[in-house]
Amino acid sequence: MSEAFIHLDSVKKVYRTRGQDFLAISEATFDVEQGELVSLVGPSGCGKTTLLKILAGLHGFDGGEVRIGSQSQPFNPARDIGMVFQQPLLLKWRRIIDNVMLPTEILGLPQDASRKRAYELLDLVGLKGHEDKYPYELSGGMQQRASIARALVHDPKLVLMDEPFGALDALTREKMNLELLHIWAEAKKTIIFVTHGITEAVFLGTRVVVLTSGPAKMADNFEVGIPMPRTLDVRNTEKFGEYTRRIYRLLGME
Amino acid sequence: MSGSNTQLQRYALAVLSHLILVAAWHFFVVYGEIPKIVMPSPYDTLHALLVPNYRWLENIAATSIEIFGGFLLAAVFGILIALLFSWFRWLEMFAMPLLVSLNMIPKVALGPLMIVWFKYGIWPNTLMAFAISFFPIVLTTARGLREVEPDLLDLVRTLRGSRWQLFVKIQLPGALPYIFSGMKVAAILAVAGAIVGEFLGSERGLGYLMLQVQVTLDTAAMFMAVILITLIGGLLYGIVLGLERFFVVKDARIQ
Ligand SMILES: Nc1ncnc2c1ncn2[C@@H]1O[C@H](COP(=O)(O)OP(=O)(O)OP(=O)(O)O)[C@@H](O)[C@H]1O
Ligand SMILES: [Mg+2]
Repeated sequence: MSEAFIHLDSVKKVYRTRGQDFLAISEATFDVEQGELVSLVGPSGCGKTTLLKILAGLHGFDGGEVRIGSQSQPFNPARDIGMVFQQPLLLKWRRIIDNVMLPTEILGLPQDASRKRAYELLDLVGLKGHEDKYPYELSGGMQQRASIARALVHDPKLVLMDEPFGALDALTREKMNLELLHIWAEAKKTIIFVTHGITEAVFLGTRVVVLTSGPAKMADNFEVGIPMPRTLDVRNTEKFGEYTRRIYRLLGME
Repeated sequence: MSGSNTQLQRYALAVLSHLILVAAWHFFVVYGEIPKIVMPSPYDTLHALLVPNYRWLENIAATSIEIFGGFLLAAVFGILIALLFSWFRWLEMFAMPLLVSLNMIPKVALGPLMIVWFKYGIWPNTLMAFAISFFPIVLTTARGLREVEPDLLDLVRTLRGSRWQLFVKIQLPGALPYIFSGMKVAAILAVAGAIVGEFLGSERGLGYLMLQVQVTLDTAAMFMAVILITLIGGLLYGIVLGLERFFVVKDARIQ
């Protein structure tokens, strides 16, 4: 049996503030295979961002085991992580293309080849023709697409997304969902996608990990048996409804 | 096309409002039969330039040097100190409270002291302009350097970016709008500082000239001096504004 790409075992995280301990994650255990798009869903404050930051190597943890990569699937934490946040966080003074280039500059990658790749990625996320604009000339959804291109430009193996569509209106959000599936299929990355949206979690995920709060516990972890590529119609199927009901039940919202 | 048209319209309207002010001034003085000593007409004011005794050019040069010199010193040292603060946190904690206290001193009260220390001349007035415009630049620059989105910091950290990269690529360009907003305030303060310095004691400059002609009741010359001071200040402000347009993307500018 080969090892999983990402392996979390009983991960525990305690925040210490002003002498008080706060247990943010009590036990997170799940595996992610390469190429999966895993939705991480749970109520606000349950520790989703914390878990992403642990995976990104930004936070330490207080128990358990976190492993990314294996002998057969090498992983370089400095090079192989792309991040997308709730806000696009583009640099206002840079043109879109130069914003996308930022990670390659920091990593010191060859600039000519990177620029070519940045143009291709902007095409992939539907921003062809907007490369030389400044962020303020783009809508919120377009800015978020640019930030997805930025997360992919250094060709990372793992992309961590923290509620990337949370600040968008419902219509744009649906559109971005479809596009993310397209990008995921094209770019062939492992994506961990944090969301509040139960429908969104099921629609996007090849697998869904459900966290419950107080403190965060792994409540469920199931594969979504709906084949890709998906269209918005799948949300009306009986199977889809079963999955969402399953999550609602776990979050005590039934 | 329509863009440059509206641009033109804006300039035209701005010029128009200034012309209207001058015209109103003219008619007020002429038809109100205001004595020249109280308020000279625009024509009389301009006429004051012809009095060779007033050595306009020399005085303009002196005041300009004080204003521009003081401002430049404030910009260079202000930005430098704010940079040091952002690189060395302990330095900020050590020196910032001191700067805040020092800034509480009314700079005008230092005038007589500066004269004792530096004698009459351009130096004390330049220092006055510097002292009064320095602090806003430190404050805004320090704030701009501090204001980095935490998530952006995380982004750089996941890529194992160096502190220098963070500074050059994110911190400094992000602080530019703040630096310029500080410099705009400082430009106006520098003018006030230089003139106050000249009032307190000087043997050159437009402020000095104003005190001289006050004695002879040449109000027209005083008016002219005020206009010239305003023009020098306007020039400095315009230069700062121009640099801001050049260096800071429209959306990032702080109004
Ligand atoms: N740096 C920190 N210090 C102390 N406590 C923290 C810190 N960061 C997060 N927490 C706490 O840990 C818990 C989990 O936070 P986290 O941000 O991971 O939640 P989340 O699931 O991402 O929430 P949301 O969906 O609202 O973004 C919260 O109760 C929060 O108050
Ligand atoms: Mg969060």
